[in-house]
Amino acid sequence: MSRIGVFLCHCGENIAGTVDPGKVVEAANRIPGVVHSIDYKYMCSDPGQSLIREAIKEKGLTGVIVAACSPRMHEPTFRRVCAESGLNAFLCEMANVREHCSWVHEKSELTTAKAIDLVRIMVEKAKRNRPLFPIKVPVTKTALVLGGGIAGIQASLDIANAGHKVILVERDPSIGGHMAQLSETFPTLDCSQCILTPRMVEVAQHPNITLHTYSELESVDGFIGNFKVKIRKKARGIDEKLCTGCGVCAQKCPLKKIPSEFNAAMGMRTAIYTPFPQAVPNKPVIDKKRCTYYLKGKCKACEKACPAEAIRFDQPDEIIEVETGAIVCTTGFEVLSTEFFPEYGYGKYKDVINGLQFERLASASGPTLGAIRRPSDGKEPETVVFIACAGSRDPAKGIEYCSKICCMYTAKHAMLYKHKVHQGTPYVFYMDIRAGGKMYEEFVRRAIEEDGVKYIRGRVSRIYEQDGKLIVKGADTLLGAQPVEIEADLVVLATAMVANSGAEELAKKIHVSYDSYHFLAEAHPKLRPVETNTAGIFLAGACQAPRDIPETVAQASGAASKVAALFSADELSREPVIAVVHRTAPPIFSICEGCFMCEQACPFQAIEREEIKTRDGKLIKVVAKVNPGVCQGCGTCVALCRAKALDLQGFSNEQVYAEVMAV
Amino acid sequence: MKLGYFPGCSLQGSAGEFDESLQAIAPALGLELIEIPDWSCCGASAAHNLNRLLALALPARTLALAERAGFREVLVPCSACYSRLILTRHELEQDEGLRRQVSEIIGMEYQGTVRVLNILEVMGQIFQDGLKGKITKPFEHPVACYYGCLLVRPPKVVQFDRPEDPRTMDELMKKIGAEPIDWAFKVECCGAGFSISRTDLVAKLSSKILADAQRRGAEAIIVACPMCHANLDMRQEKAEKWAGKKYSMPVLYLTQAIGLALGLPEKKLALHQHLVPVSFPVKAKPAAKAKAETASQPAGQSEE
Repeated sequence: MSRIGVFLCHCGENIAGTVDPGKVVEAANRIPGVVHSIDYKYMCSDPGQSLIREAIKEKGLTGVIVAACSPRMHEPTFRRVCAESGLNAFLCEMANVREHCSWVHEKSELTTAKAIDLVRIMVEKAKRNRPLFPIKVPVTKTALVLGGGIAGIQASLDIANAGHKVILVERDPSIGGHMAQLSETFPTLDCSQCILTPRMVEVAQHPNITLHTYSELESVDGFIGNFKVKIRKKARGIDEKLCTGCGVCAQKCPLKKIPSEFNAAMGMRTAIYTPFPQAVPNKPVIDKKRCTYYLKGKCKACEKACPAEAIRFDQPDEIIEVETGAIVCTTGFEVLSTEFFPEYGYGKYKDVINGLQFERLASASGPTLGAIRRPSDGKEPETVVFIACAGSRDPAKGIEYCSKICCMYTAKHAMLYKHKVHQGTPYVFYMDIRAGGKMYEEFVRRAIEEDGVKYIRGRVSRIYEQDGKLIVKGADTLLGAQPVEIEADLVVLATAMVANSGAEELAKKIHVSYDSYHFLAEAHPKLRPVETNTAGIFLAGACQAPRDIPETVAQASGAASKVAALFSADELSREPVIAVVHRTAPPIFSICEGCFMCEQACPFQAIEREEIKTRDGKLIKVVAKVNPGVCQGCGTCVALCRAKALDLQGFSNEQVYAEVMAV
Repeated sequence: MKLGYFPGCSLQGSAGEFDESLQAIAPALGLELIEIPDWSCCGASAAHNLNRLLALALPARTLALAERAGFREVLVPCSACYSRLILTRHELEQDEGLRRQVSEIIGMEYQGTVRVLNILEVMGQIFQDGLKGKITKPFEHPVACYYGCLLVRPPKVVQFDRPEDPRTMDELMKKIGAEPIDWAFKVECCGAGFSISRTDLVAKLSSKILADAQRRGAEAIIVACPMCHANLDMRQEKAEKWAGKKYSMPVLYLTQAIGLALGLPEKKLALHQHLVPVSFPVKAKPAAKAKAETASQPAGQSEE
């Protein structure tokens, strides 16, 4: 006979505000099998936990129901309490009377009645619970890091320095990401490449890091501790082992007018190219979409020129299979397309550029070697207008959210311009200045007060060209929305930071959820910021939301420490909520008929075949067997099994029926 | 295409030529317009500044009449009328209580089943289906397509074209052989709200529009709104005085330009009713030259 205890939590006002605790406790006491029922203000607090501990001992409970919040919140807490008191952790159940009841209903008799129903349901389930024991699985102590921007670089180095192996996969020909493109960084104005490139080199040279550039994730299978990953190493068109990175091939390539991705189309590259001189690895790739040989079947100028004979036009893509225990996703962001605000003339006027393009103009390694020259005629612009929130914070013009970094980089841009063109006049149109961060506000004040950047609070309605100048029409809302017209030589749009165009696809591949903006979603916005809802997969950087460099680095280190913690044990415990195949004594052995519908239905390939043999080795029958390490407990096989030979531990058919019948 | 037709007061008065030219081209385009019986004023410019319910009830009455007459779609050529009708439709769609209240005021059940279409939408649809050799006299002039403020705004309500840089009219003009210029004043204000009270402001605002069109080589401004037309055509002399220079810029309704391309006589299109004479500079093969220019422009851009 079951001896079940019911523990109702008030959760302060959260539950007790709409549910009558006295009535729930009283009703629970009358449910057959319940021998103890009590309520308390905060059951998760120390005294609350003691109530459970004492009751288990004194009343000899065989099951515990905590009627409180969602099991996602505190089930581990209460299961631990039970385990400490000698009760198998899986005999503890949560009745969710907060999210499923008190939060979503008004205070009323009906709300209390629903809470009682929820308790009754769980009592019926608990009566049919059996002790379960966690499944131990080995951990592959290798981490996969997706994306070689600053986030991926930081995470890789931290994990590698903790003594674990790292496989870093980067889509582009070089690691470095957006940070490698930046000129100087706020608020200290230290050169972005100067602080980044040493780390890029460290990644390449670290004995624990295997680097796959120009590679993309093909697929991910498995689960925490035991992921099986396929990586597509795209054909570079060169033999990396032979290539010395001398660069002769690029010099000889006849196609010299391809807009360079690294220079945000402000500079040109060849068809065989290394994105930038400090690239890691410093090995070129052939752009197959543009290379004359791939398009027309002749040229091969690079092959003739290569002293190392490293060119391989017929190189195929390579699929690399690796096993990893954890995945850190640091795939970064994209700059918003300018489709949303045609009135700014981006794409129509050469001298309307975006922030990333200005970074390349201002960068010492950029196409102008750091001189601010406008793209149309190469002249030094006398007046530059910077437009903040170009696409941010305005659903009609792009996205609703704040891109976070634009206030700061716009101040930096204006400052850099002023440092390089002393007689120039920079204007900034802004909505609000959001400069929350260490030394950030001071930085913006410096731009305004010391460098004389003219800040105008208001939006720009239109930009058009007239007599070689860009006419910027806007309003100064601090002067009563007075119309402002500025004749500018160059306009820089602080375009919004948006999720990568492939983010949705990636999220599906790695089984991670994403938000309405296609940013990857963390498990909890405050308390689990680098974890995802899929165990063993972590996030860092701008793939999650707009982030600046300090934040990205901090988060990457956070994700790395989570990985290191995961790798600190040789085995992982997994919840035993998995499917099991019915087994019984001879002569039946199992009611499984061996139809293997389950094998086809299982999304995780967890169903195996087991031969039942007599002592002398004669085959009796072949039945299904669940691999406990792979099974995720989804229950698809249980639903499909015609013989009802499969059941889910902890959520058996019998339990679910009993729950339904209790209502 | 068979549509309900709401001319509004403008098209029966100051913008008579808009109506005349529309009626003139309709048969050629296979467009059948049936006037909504007993339609009333849309209340534009006055009602919505004074009384919200009145501003909703006036258009709702006309729409309810259109529903009764069995129309699914109504063409509203005047931009101000269009704005009032589509805003009313939008607001009453959002608020069931308001819909009932307004129904009571107009003494008719307003259901919201009628779609409100502007002239560009309708022409766009017709042109999409193809004109099959109906263009007998291509309108080969560089033109400035002027949309005005109301036709594409507010974007949430009208849900039509790009609010700050619309393209529908430019596409239509291309199809009749014209070369729409790239200019910056497509949706700028002409000062219509002050058409009577502050003609000095109208002169200033309209002058800017005329000046930009002229500077960029337009031989005509094409409009789709009676107020725009009034300000740019009727007040052009005043704008010229304000700016101290001559524009002599013909301002045509798009229906008139289409009519010319269809080979209809000027009289039928009521071109003579304009204050600025509709005449174009005589050039040796102007169209061919202009075409070559526009064709080379995008290619030149991508090369650089």
